[in-house]
Amino acid sequence: MNLRRDVFQAIADPTRRAILLLVSSQSMTAGAIASNFDTARPTVSKHLQILTECELLKQEQNGREMYYHLNPNKLKEIADFIEPFQKMWDDRFNTLETIMKKYQSKK
Amino acid sequence: MERKTKINAEEDKQELLITREFDLPLELLFKAYEDPEIVAQWMGTKVIKLENKKHGGYQFETSDKEGNVLFSANGTIHEFLPNQRITRTFEMENTPFPVQLEYLEFEKLTDTTSKLTMHIVYKSVAFRNQVLQLPFAQGINMAHNRLQEIADRLK
Repeated sequence: MNLRRDVFQAIADPTRRAILLLVSSQSMTAGAIASNFDTARPTVSKHLQILTECELLKQEQNGREMYYHLNPNKLKEIADFIEPFQKMWDDRFNTLETIMKKYQSKK
Repeated sequence: MERKTKINAEEDKQELLITREFDLPLELLFKAYEDPEIVAQWMGTKVIKLENKKHGGYQFETSDKEGNVLFSANGTIHEFLPNQRITRTFEMENTPFPVQLEYLEFEKLTDTTSKLTMHIVYKSVAFRNQVLQLPFAQGINMAHNRLQEIADRLK
């Protein structure tokens, strides 16, 4: 539960969403990512840390440089996030429909 | 199988939209919200009070077989326009969740089909997201299993 909430909070921030978009097509170093923003470098580092902690980003060591890339499985989890809520309402409304069809035919 | 119920929850908004098209005439869809006995059946909860009028209120309660209360909710009705609109608040009792505001719009599509749009406004984005996660929680699943039982019996 906590993990899921963290993922959702992670993508609620516009800078972090921009970072995810940046690394969606290619792996990038922290420096390269930071150069795309006016924000201070430590702020970007903090964002990278949060995104890595909730597994939206994966780190990969390449020589002396650390590269960041997107974790598509985690992103899919967000897409599935609403699924149980949707199912709950869908089941509820299906029941409503069934009950009212019976009601209609009884009249 | 594609679900007939659509949920639209934009990322950083404290609201969500639930839309559903029913294979029912508008009047029957609305009746499912108006008649306490029918509400009890599809919501899977006991309806203690349902006053369908401006300044009215409602109260739901779900208990297990031993009579322990599992879920209780209440709200105030602000607008009740038959076959058109219900505006109400909804509060789950004994939970950390603040009261939410619900706008229900009922629309006729054809003589035999209708549409419901539920616009829900939460106190904050964080609370909305927690409500979205609720079906993971056990209590709600229990209520939901009971719904399934009713549906199965009706088939």
